[in-house]
Amino acid sequence: MSVDSATVRRIAHLSRIAIEDSEVERLRGELNAILAFVETLSEVDVDGVEPLTSALPMQMKKRVDVVTDGGIADEILANAPIREDHYFVVPKVVE
Amino acid sequence: MSDPTHLSLAEARDALKLKKLSAVELTQAHIGAIEKSRALNCFITETPELALAQARESDARIARGEGRLLEGLPLGIKDLYCTKGVRTTAASRILDDFTPTYESTVSANLLRDGAVTLGKLNLDEFAMGSSNETSAFGPVVSPWRRAGDPDAKIVPGGSSGGSSAAVAAHLCLGATATDTGGSIRQPAAFTGAVGVKPTYGRCSRWGIVAFASSLDQAGPITRTVRDAAIMLKSMAGHDPKDTTSVDAPVPDYEAAVGASVKGRRIGVPKEYRIDGMSAEIAALWDRAAAWLKDAGAEIVEISLPHTRYALPTYYIIAPAEASSNLARYDGVRYGRREQGRDVIDMYEKTRAAGFGPEVRRRIMIGTYVLSAGYYDAYYVRAQKVRSLIKRDFDEAFASGVDAVLTPATPSTAFAQGEKGAADPVEMYLNDVFTVTVNMAGLPGVAVPGGLAANGLPLSLQLIGKPFDEETLFSLAAAIEAAAPKIEFPQPWWREG
Repeated sequence: MSVDSATVRRIAHLSRIAIEDSEVERLRGELNAILAFVETLSEVDVDGVEPLTSALPMQMKKRVDVVTDGGIADEILANAPIREDHYFVVPKVVE
Repeated sequence: MSDPTHLSLAEARDALKLKKLSAVELTQAHIGAIEKSRALNCFITETPELALAQARESDARIARGEGRLLEGLPLGIKDLYCTKGVRTTAASRILDDFTPTYESTVSANLLRDGAVTLGKLNLDEFAMGSSNETSAFGPVVSPWRRAGDPDAKIVPGGSSGGSSAAVAAHLCLGATATDTGGSIRQPAAFTGAVGVKPTYGRCSRWGIVAFASSLDQAGPITRTVRDAAIMLKSMAGHDPKDTTSVDAPVPDYEAAVGASVKGRRIGVPKEYRIDGMSAEIAALWDRAAAWLKDAGAEIVEISLPHTRYALPTYYIIAPAEASSNLARYDGVRYGRREQGRDVIDMYEKTRAAGFGPEVRRRIMIGTYVLSAGYYDAYYVRAQKVRSLIKRDFDEAFASGVDAVLTPATPSTAFAQGEKGAADPVEMYLNDVFTVTVNMAGLPGVAVPGGLAANGLPLSLQLIGKPFDEETLFSLAAAIEAAAPKIEFPQPWWREG
């Protein structure tokens, strides 16, 4: 499989990365080189093989559903590029 | 005492204990070395005042007879570990001057045990790279030089290139690193250092900037096997904040260094003898097998038939996980922000400006293989092949093999700009021997085996059973004892 320039633009948008028109061709070439490299996996017989979802067999740990942290709004906001009181500020989302 | 930066971590520990040296003297020696070595670009952030304050506290503790496991020992921290009050960048512009309000569990463990932290070490951006050339803070220069070619700037490997170069240049006694596809073992191999990637779950991932969460694991880079054992003992352990961290006691790894390897069965996988393997690498591999045989181990040929699919599998799974993990960099909660006409435009401009080319490429590949219509063909298939790669190792271990011996890298280190400029896949091939280990969640060690004809280090890799790091430390120590001793480079790079 390989990607065309429309697909490159679509992937960039899904990735939330702005790209210039001048970058599309180069990105198409790079992405297709990687896709060609992984193409070899199509020759592996995976019939009846379960996908690996955990590197080692382990029981998902659970904890009691109680509050263990909190009251640190100042810390959480400390690195925000734009903030107002205890809020993150973003461009208007709803008209 | 002569230059204390030339002590091993174990020797420095013993010298402090015997009060032949103070933690402040030891720390000052390292700070001095770092100041004269900025040409190597190992550190993104130096923290000399913090280090000296820690060293003074260590001296007070030692005076009271209350020294801890790593009391007063100066270490470097890969700048992927969040450090409370100290800027953490992941070598990316997108994190800007992000200053965590918390400490990663592994670095907190080192501090709990009395370590002195000299600063934050350079790396490939978000740990994506094999040469440290993708760092937004510029590439790291290896202290090693090719014979007869003093002008070529040699790469220290990646992604933990600042860690490996700083250790090889004697700027710290040891360094933390992380390994997703080879990022501890390959840089260690390129610089003649020892690198340990522990079993998945042995060290907590909490507070380490995430790349590919099912593969990432923290570990040490040091100049000796014993030093790596000492550091891992402190770094490892259960952490309720990482659900994949394992609740099992941490053994005394140092006790395994020097233990007999008599009767151990070592598998040599025939599939690792790849086309075009250099005669020098093949000869090193044979020599290492002979060293282990001389030490009483038994060498057997094994088969890991899905080896050749590991790297392609990795380049689906790791970008897929990365595209998801890196979605958090949105210009809202921390890091860099570019203005946009609406919120989506703000996200897109921020991420275009903040991420470097390799990171953007991997996020896009990951987004593609997870997108509707391609998920089964790429991602699910890769996860199935990953099962087969793991099964290969399970079967080898079930047949009675205690560990697997391979070369660590397909070549010695190369110079800046020599690889991957035209085709990103060329750089990816560096990890051909290491990436299988992450796929299967196993522990792996890179240990030096001598120098190549070009004067650069050559290394072996040992792969162990899950949570059997002790056997790896014993075997790595046997190779270290038999191999020609690595003499780290004289400091040609120093200023003043």
